[in-house]
Amino acid sequence: MMKIRNTAFPYFIWLGIFIVVPLFLVLYFAFTTGDSQTLSEFTFSLDNYKRFLTPIYLNVFYRSVWLAVVSTAICLVLGYPIAFIISKEKAKTRNVMVLMLVIPMWMNFLLRTYAWLTLLGKNGIINYIAGKLGFQELDLLYNDTAVLLGMVYNFLPFMVLPIFSVMSKMDRNLIEAAEDLGADRRRTFLKVIFPLSLPGVITGITMVFIPAVSTFVISSLLGGNKSTLIGNLIEQQFRYTGDWHFGSSMSIILMVFIFLAMALTSKFDKEKEGEGGGGLW
Amino acid sequence: MVEKSIKRLYTFMIFLFLYAPIIVLIVFSFNDSKSRGVWSGFTLRWYFELFKDREVLRALYYTIFIAITSSLISTIIGTFAAIGIFGMNGFGKKLVLNLNYLPVLNPDIVTAVALMTLFRFVKLEFGVLTMLLAHVTFCLPYVILSILPKLKQMNRHLAEAAMDLGATPLYALRKVVLPEIMPGIITGALLAFTLSIDDFVISFFTTGHGISNLSITIFSMARRGINPIINALSTLMFIIMVSLLLIINYRTEKQEKSLVERR
Repeated sequence: MMKIRNTAFPYFIWLGIFIVVPLFLVLYFAFTTGDSQTLSEFTFSLDNYKRFLTPIYLNVFYRSVWLAVVSTAICLVLGYPIAFIISKEKAKTRNVMVLMLVIPMWMNFLLRTYAWLTLLGKNGIINYIAGKLGFQELDLLYNDTAVLLGMVYNFLPFMVLPIFSVMSKMDRNLIEAAEDLGADRRRTFLKVIFPLSLPGVITGITMVFIPAVSTFVISSLLGGNKSTLIGNLIEQQFRYTGDWHFGSSMSIILMVFIFLAMALTSKFDKEKEGEGGGGLW
Repeated sequence: MVEKSIKRLYTFMIFLFLYAPIIVLIVFSFNDSKSRGVWSGFTLRWYFELFKDREVLRALYYTIFIAITSSLISTIIGTFAAIGIFGMNGFGKKLVLNLNYLPVLNPDIVTAVALMTLFRFVKLEFGVLTMLLAHVTFCLPYVILSILPKLKQMNRHLAEAAMDLGATPLYALRKVVLPEIMPGIITGALLAFTLSIDDFVISFFTTGHGISNLSITIFSMARRGINPIINALSTLMFIIMVSLLLIINYRTEKQEKSLVERR
């Protein structure tokens, strides 16, 4: 094409300053200790990691991963059938249904989470109805179940949409061939439809797991003070405690953990040929 | 038959799950009572209070200002970047595309603290400027990713033909390339705009004292408990977001149609 390769030059500078340099800074902070005010007096140390490996922090990490895994699993179990149902609808109904899945995603994330405060709160609607029916007031808010609910509610569309998009592009002939060759519906599903939908499932898992494991908003709104996740720890270190070294090391741990988890997941996904990027990850 | 009704019921339940909280939020924005769960008559009081609340109005101003500015800047840089990246090949292209993916794949909180560290390091005062820089940074990858496919679709020889016919590269860019990829540019700009309006995590870490956008305001209000003003605000934001979405949807449908017609 034209000799305009250098039109990307401003972007390269931007990329360098705002994406590459900051990550190296975090890496630098993560492996040093010192008074955060004077940069020159940092000394190399692995203390942050030693600190992280104590039971208090490991438990938080374990809990974050566990909640993210459970919410991803729930999203998959709830989302897969709905993706399947939508992909079988007529074109017109299908478009409307997809749009209806997308609309909640476009509502502000905080408002979606806040909505559950209204529903689950002490004088919220669910408790009001329960009270009318003669039940005792339930403690629905500020526990792990509420956090899980918030995660599933917020991230369910991220699971459904990729699975749906793979299913709707599936070659009808393959399914018909399986049926012609005598496979019943269960076998067709298990041997043809499900394996073909795996790339969508993997994308869905990625899109739910990453925000779920790194969230601090859902846990601080719905989980109350008791619920601390790795995201909350990082937030506290940077916003309140001011120990940027420890905060940075936890960010690095989170990042490495996610990339490892993704590498592991995409191993199952043979067809993942980088469409123009992302291949390295 | 039974199977069909089970499917219907299941679909209904899922959509109920997705919409019930939003509907409750909207309905209770018109409720004449501070306590939840009880309907005590219709009122527009919360909307009036919303427009009197200085904190919310300031947040709204910053949200819109940053959304417009950051989407403009990221669209301009992103368009040139996409054209440049498209012309590249080999290792360099792969490297840039992967770096471009980094903020998309990284958890928000990591991008946020990384930027926070940078701004601290260069001793930039936290406030509108830092938030703006952060927003441009996380919008740029999405703008580039919406323009690149359009460049791939474009006939590679069009620009060459224009230049063979005597157009300068700049003229060819303006008159041939840009019109061809315009749909991608507009989609990218709208995407950047909505991402910026919606962002909480990155803004939360890169803002300074007293400067907050709507998401940050909602967060601090919600932490204090339930507030009917938030309901009114969410109703308005929901309506605006849905209209934006419908516009984008309508645009892409029109594009697809015109693409089919051209073939």
